Amino acid sequence: MQVQSYFSQLDSIDGELATLNLGPTHPATHGIFQNVLKMNGERIVSAEPTIGYIHRAFEKLARIEVPKRAQYMRVIVMELARIADHLICNSVIGVDTGALTGFTYMFQERERIYEMYEELCGTRLTTNVGRIGGLERDFSPTFHKKLKTFLKTFPPKFEEFNNLLERNRIFMDRTIGAGPIGAERAMSYGFTGPNLRAAGIDYDVRVMQPYSSYEDFDFIIPVGTQGDTYDRFMVRQEEIRQSLRIINQAYDNLPPGDYHADVPDYYLPPKDDVYTKMEALIYHFKIVMGEVPVPKGEVYHAVEGGNGELGFYLISDGGRQPYRLHFRRPCFIYYQAYPEMVKGSMLSDAILTMSSMNVIAGELDA
Amino acid sequence: MTSELIHARIEQQRPGILSGSEVAYDGMLTVETTREHIYDFLKFLRDDEELQFNFLTTLCAVHYPEDPGRELAMVYHLHNWRQNLRIRVKVFLPVEDPHIPTVTTLWLTANWMERETYDFYGVIFDGHPKLTRILNVDDMDVFPLRKEYKLEDGTRTDKDDRFFGRDGHEGREFD
Repeated sequence: MQVQSYFSQLDSIDGELATLNLGPTHPATHGIFQNVLKMNGERIVSAEPTIGYIHRAFEKLARIEVPKRAQYMRVIVMELARIADHLICNSVIGVDTGALTGFTYMFQERERIYEMYEELCGTRLTTNVGRIGGLERDFSPTFHKKLKTFLKTFPPKFEEFNNLLERNRIFMDRTIGAGPIGAERAMSYGFTGPNLRAAGIDYDVRVMQPYSSYEDFDFIIPVGTQGDTYDRFMVRQEEIRQSLRIINQAYDNLPPGDYHADVPDYYLPPKDDVYTKMEALIYHFKIVMGEVPVPKGEVYHAVEGGNGELGFYLISDGGRQPYRLHFRRPCFIYYQAYPEMVKGSMLSDAILTMSSMNVIAGELDA
Repeated sequence: MTSELIHARIEQQRPGILSGSEVAYDGMLTVETTREHIYDFLKFLRDDEELQFNFLTTLCAVHYPEDPGRELAMVYHLHNWRQNLRIRVKVFLPVEDPHIPTVTTLWLTANWMERETYDFYGVIFDGHPKLTRILNVDDMDVFPLRKEYKLEDGTRTDKDDRFFGRDGHEGREFD
């Protein structure tokens, strides 16, 4: 896709949206859209730093029971991802109201989360550690150390950041009443996640249809009343605290046992075994060549992503690839309400609304 | 409310509207109707005081080129948030005449979902306020997710669909 046609495409989505590129005060938007240009029309699944979603849809299809330990480990990784997501979203709202300091503090903390990911699987953003049946490897001693340090040092820093903005007169004046949406409209527009909860509806997939043992943990679902930028900020702030609670519970009660299910049809055997044991070599070969049994059927599976209900509709005809795989991307769905939410408001409020909706371009285009 | 009760309620309130019904592999009640009835049926599911399927979770199309007259399937996922029930509604359309009424008047969220479905599958939603391409470039003249295109680069001779578990290649039975 040429640059020019990219802009004409933006115009075609909606005339009002094209002005978003004018927001030079918005480093996130700038980066995101530059990325889209570089991607040259190549479609990616999601830019959110989260793992294992599609695996779970497949596990549901193949009816694989994932061990408790792997479920808890996934919860820890996923809630860390939620914290990283919300931290950047909320600190960027601060930046757009002229408060850069909090952003620099919180970027440092996000860096610590990415360091943990790096330790876990070698990558920082595209956490590739989820496998069908569990995880690729157990937490390393360094990961344990980093996680323990993070759980101890992060909360006071986060509250410091919170104090910079939560009752800050300028911040409140700028965000209260900016880009509001009511519960009825939000529901009709298909809102889920923090943006919906800011409008006052306590819908959360983690509670409604618990997956990966979320039913084991004690946490609350914060809701707002006005559905404006301030409420979205407050909901995400509280969700960060709740995510910490969940991580603490999961980590304290991390069950012993295996970090993956005993499903040799899907889970690659250890490399040492592949070289020395015939059976392991056969399974390795079958998995790599796609000769594994896949049931026929259709499955819809949803998880609570950083931005709401991330759904996977998978139709299998028994072949090696899904016959159809459809993603419900919360971003793509709620972004269409944006023109209505900023209609008649100032451009500066429109930029605030944009950052508080947390639109991720990669998720939008998937 | 169980799948049987939902089904019974539909049959009682809208007799004969369903042309098929099953509980799918994932346990979700999956019903089939026709495009003549789809708008009324979804409106009924949304507004019925017992069913209350208030939320349109997602909609998408599927292409079954092997099934003459029913090549395109429209799939709607609805969710009742009060009782936490989900239902899947399907409508099959012939590929030469892929028209279906829009549901943008029932849920605002259907707007971009239907545009995306048009963009990738060429389903035409009658009454849609602005049915244009949304993710692909405007001057594209194909519907890229239809199964008319080979999975691999067509110029390659060393790979064909048989390597992807289709076209006569059955693989092992799942047990």
